[in-house]
Amino acid sequence: MLIQLPALAVILPLLSAPLCLFLRRSLLAWLFTVIASGLTMLVSITLLQQVMASGTIVYEMGGWSAPWGIEYRIDKLNAYVLLIVSSISTVVLLAAHTSIEKEIPQDRHTLFYVLYLLSLAGLIGVVITGDAFNVFVFLEISSLAAYSLIALGEDRRALWAAYQYLIMGTIGATFILIGIGLMYQMTGTLNMDDLSRRLPEVAQTRTVFAAYAFIIVGVCLKVALFPLHRWLPNAYAYAPSVVTAVLAATSTKVAVYLLIRFTFSIFGISFSFTTVPLQTIFVILGLLGIFAASTTAIFQKNVKHLFAYSSVAQIGYMIVGFSIGTTTGLMATLLHLFNHALMKSALFLALGAVMYRIGSAQLSQFQGLGRQMPFTMAAIVAGGLSLIGVPLTVGFVSKWYLVLAALENGWWPVAVLVLLGSLLALVYVWRIVEAAYFNEPPAGRGAVEEAPLGFLIPVWVLVTANIYFGMDTRLSVQVAQAAAQSLFGVSP
Amino acid sequence: MRDLFAVVMMLGIFGLLSASFFVVMDAVDVAFTEASVGAGISTLLMLTAVTLTGRLEDGERHRPMWALVVVFITGGLLIYGTLDMPYFGSADAPIHQHVAPRYIHDSMQETGLPNIVTSVLASYRGFDTFGEVVVIFTAGMGVLALLTMGSRTGIHRVMADSIFYLMHEQHLILRILTKILIPFILLFALYVQFHGDFGPGGGFQAGVIFAAAIILYAMVFGLSTARRVINRTFFKLLSAIGVLLYGGVGVVSLLNGGNFLDYNVLADDPVAGQHLGILLIEFGVGCTVASVMVIIFFNFSGRREFP
Repeated sequence: MLIQLPALAVILPLLSAPLCLFLRRSLLAWLFTVIASGLTMLVSITLLQQVMASGTIVYEMGGWSAPWGIEYRIDKLNAYVLLIVSSISTVVLLAAHTSIEKEIPQDRHTLFYVLYLLSLAGLIGVVITGDAFNVFVFLEISSLAAYSLIALGEDRRALWAAYQYLIMGTIGATFILIGIGLMYQMTGTLNMDDLSRRLPEVAQTRTVFAAYAFIIVGVCLKVALFPLHRWLPNAYAYAPSVVTAVLAATSTKVAVYLLIRFTFSIFGISFSFTTVPLQTIFVILGLLGIFAASTTAIFQKNVKHLFAYSSVAQIGYMIVGFSIGTTTGLMATLLHLFNHALMKSALFLALGAVMYRIGSAQLSQFQGLGRQMPFTMAAIVAGGLSLIGVPLTVGFVSKWYLVLAALENGWWPVAVLVLLGSLLALVYVWRIVEAAYFNEPPAGRGAVEEAPLGFLIPVWVLVTANIYFGMDTRLSVQVAQAAAQSLFGVSP
Repeated sequence: MRDLFAVVMMLGIFGLLSASFFVVMDAVDVAFTEASVGAGISTLLMLTAVTLTGRLEDGERHRPMWALVVVFITGGLLIYGTLDMPYFGSADAPIHQHVAPRYIHDSMQETGLPNIVTSVLASYRGFDTFGEVVVIFTAGMGVLALLTMGSRTGIHRVMADSIFYLMHEQHLILRILTKILIPFILLFALYVQFHGDFGPGGGFQAGVIFAAAIILYAMVFGLSTARRVINRTFFKLLSAIGVLLYGGVGVVSLLNGGNFLDYNVLADDPVAGQHLGILLIEFGVGCTVASVMVIIFFNFSGRREFP
């Protein structure tokens, strides 16, 4: 059965979704979803172990060999991203039952879980596949599910936010599709591995250049790279809390994965970084993103908005690491994928707990919460420290490698700017700490209880992971390094 | 153009014209899909949406200059991209040289299907088609999650019934013609469903045509009459069953020792296995597509009935 694991990673959540529709009771649907997501996580862990031990796994869908059929090709990079997606999804899901009770009407609970599973299956399908068109199909599954999940938010503005995301996301997906079509026209293949071998022959044509431009812009829309990030803050702020936690941690990460896959594996480093002035563009946009978004975050009144802008800034760090164009730089990006997923899922889930108790995420409502919800607020502080990049948290690890990569390459201004960006993070995290610990609760608000265990357990699992992987960096650093080296063609 | 009805009609014409283009380019399967989906059902669904929003665009018209600039850049890049393309129909274009020869020469022996398009769609790249069915299923679930109305009071129902009674008692010719047409549409849908192996057709088109028959009935005889025939829960579950049927074929091939969606292991003879597998998955596609279309239509127009 081990040979079939690659297929199982996708079909487990994919087939659980229609099955889940038959479950009427909310509790039952939740348990079913947790089990499906948990099994997917186990499959991803096994896959990562296999890939680290014995190299790339190839799986032929329908028994047809590539490039005629569709193949799954799991190397260190996507095994690593698979683990991030499936494990965050599972941990966040633990809080779903408690959280959606208050945020989503009872009769839509089953549909919520169906859409959740579809979104998970779509993200995993995008990451695991070795076929460019298959990427598009699964991207559509995950995106459609995400739009609907966001629109389920109780605030009516969620509909508008989902609509904006729908329009921007569809433009992004269409651009990717156009790019894939143009590549197919020039090479006659859709298989990624085959593309990487056949593209260099035609690399100097205008058609391939156009294909590359469309794909990069399309993927960057999905990444929410500054200045294409406009859809993100509202989508994150008005979506149901669980949805924000899981999307913030997984969906932009998958888009960053696609960016790496297309530039490094398919078009190749020499094409991506020499034919097009991509490096310069990305460094500038990444740094602008860090500063513009962090500054905007400082002035937000809603904490969900604040962290959403912070996400845009963190994407900036990933893009900077990526554009340095060295193994260490790419490694920093990959580390930050993992680490940022841990921070933001913890933070947004803790915000969900606050929403559950006081029904709002306005900063003014946070006053005095430090004493009223000590465990939840401690989690937010821990996540915030990790966001700033304080030693002994995961945030430190990725910043460390990012600065290292910039210095290695002689880009010391970039290193300085990255560190300055962290100071901005300190400012916006401090605003929350100040409100929660140094102010009295607003008059007129009754006693607030600590969040229920349904929230505290998953939140603290994530916070512990933030600290654990900040100290014991073996797993993340080893895998990220191996993945980065394999993308640069260096055998470890 | 401010008239949304005209805009929708234009889109329908655009769909029909593109379908004609595809016919000229010898891509009849694509043309058939475009005609039934682009010109047919999506026009219908958009018209249903227009009945909800009102026919005229209102409010200030803003002129988004930046959007126009972006459109021009995109268009320019698209034209730029065509400059180095191989000529249309050129025999030594990469798309005709690399993957296609195997599909053209061997698909008959390997899958036993005369229609190469179906063999690629349902077998060689069957997993993509599975993904597409799930996309449609996701759309249906999204519409259900967002538009399902809670139970309504009886007064609304009575009022709506009387409105529909007035409307639908009057169009006598329309009603009689519809009654005559519907059996033929359903029959044609079944033909398209099961003839997909041999000619243009398959689950996607068949599902859409099947749904069109039901939607036609609902439009002419009223939603409440249609509801007496059609159980909404049934359609919701049917859309899931279609996906499960498709995925189930894949799981059975897993259990028989093949890879996911490897139809060769479904029967003793590989070609018979391919035949069985493709028949089943096409049926799954048809079920999901038809029921999702009906779900979307009913949820759209259901909102109009009980505002």
